[in-house]
Amino acid sequence: MLEVRSISKKFGDFQAVRDVSFKADQGEVLGFLGPNGAGKSTTMKMITGFLDVTGGDAKICGKSILNETLAAQKELGYVPENAPLYEDMFVREFLEFIANMRNVEQEQIPKRVIEVINMCALKDVEFQKLETLSKGYKRRVSLAQALIHDPSVLILDEPTDGLDPNQKHDVRELIKELSKEKCILISTHILEEVEEVCDRCIIIGQGEKLFEGTPDELKAKSDKGRIQDVFRVITTDCKLQGVNL
Amino acid sequence: MMDRTVKHLFMKEFSSYFKTPLGYVFLVIFLFGIGYLTFEPGRGSFFYMREASMSSFFRYIPWMFLFLIPAVSMRLWSDERKAGTIELLLTMPVTIRQAVIAKFLASWAFIGIALAGTFPMIFTIVYLGNPDLGVVFLGYLASFFMAGALLAVGGFFSALTKNQVVSFILTVCVSFMLIMAGSPPILDFISTFLPKFFVDLFESLSVLNHFDSIERGVLSLSNIWFFTVMITCWLYGSMILLNENKAN
Repeated sequence: MLEVRSISKKFGDFQAVRDVSFKADQGEVLGFLGPNGAGKSTTMKMITGFLDVTGGDAKICGKSILNETLAAQKELGYVPENAPLYEDMFVREFLEFIANMRNVEQEQIPKRVIEVINMCALKDVEFQKLETLSKGYKRRVSLAQALIHDPSVLILDEPTDGLDPNQKHDVRELIKELSKEKCILISTHILEEVEEVCDRCIIIGQGEKLFEGTPDELKAKSDKGRIQDVFRVITTDCKLQGVNL
Repeated sequence: MMDRTVKHLFMKEFSSYFKTPLGYVFLVIFLFGIGYLTFEPGRGSFFYMREASMSSFFRYIPWMFLFLIPAVSMRLWSDERKAGTIELLLTMPVTIRQAVIAKFLASWAFIGIALAGTFPMIFTIVYLGNPDLGVVFLGYLASFFMAGALLAVGGFFSALTKNQVVSFILTVCVSFMLIMAGSPPILDFISTFLPKFFVDLFESLSVLNHFDSIERGVLSLSNIWFFTVMITCWLYGSMILLNENKAN
């Protein structure tokens, strides 16, 4: 469903992403891990067609983001980092706008809007202005806009960043629920999130893929079963006792 | 027919002018300012001219536009880039071309509303005398075209920088040059170091000359062509710029 082939990005002389490849299928949640500045968001922006690739390609449901950009984007739902929204709009109005822009059929729009409002627990703020919402609600609105057209592939860039523990729990539950019929790529810093929601994970550092496997495989590399130790050893040069790569 | 994406983006952008004070502040300042300049005895010559025409009104339109249009255009893309919503917009199935056109048309329509708000002026001259309404119509048409050209310039500079103030200042400067390009002091100055061909070329870029010629009641193909080319080129420039620096 999502296939990324040797994707690369250069900004001037700086190689932000180098030959990253992976695949994910329906029903799978793929975790995308890496320290800040590793190239996670850049990779995601390339997959969504926002950034042009320097090399490689990404296929969403068989459609190339390079050659069939609009067709590929139709299959995608994307929650950008920090969940930017049109703050002068009202929640419902915003979702209707996105639905229209996403070419949801006119008669389906009211139904879809209600569905995503319920799914993302936005009923209480449906008629509020986006700028008045708390961070948690803004994230959920951002998630709702990514779901409005019922896409096959979801790309979530740090969807739980800055949320309180209860909100994190709710978003994770929602991701698990959605993963039954969708393919989800989720970037995160929070390692316990990987164990909880991801079927597989990829670690990237300095633009290169350093690890790909299941969270259990990652855990098994540490004698104490500590994912954070393995993450540190993979992404930095440090050596820790009890971690064997 | 406008395609669906452009239509919805246009409607969203257009309505956003009325969701913040910007739209209302603009309308009030524009309508008050142009009314004042037209009728104020010291500057406006409406009463001195003793004729039922709107020439004293249209004389000030370029100078009102010089400062007010950049205020409308400065947020077109700067805001979008600063807030990060450009990522939201351009990851939807929308091309940059559609987005640029929709935003431009929305701002143009907003200026259209502002111009329409000056309708009491027409009633005034119709009440006072027997004006040539054809010339009045062409005056409005010229103003609308000029607004389009300056908005396209503003859109370009808004795509260039995330900072709205910088975008405002650059737009004012370039708009001023485009308006003044045909004026004798400027032409005399550049003719001291440039060959005649370039002086003529520079003169032909003058927005004010083309505006004046339509406003006087002469609608020639070359004037329409000038504004169309002007708008198209600046919009095309915005598309190239956005493609290049949307992610910066």
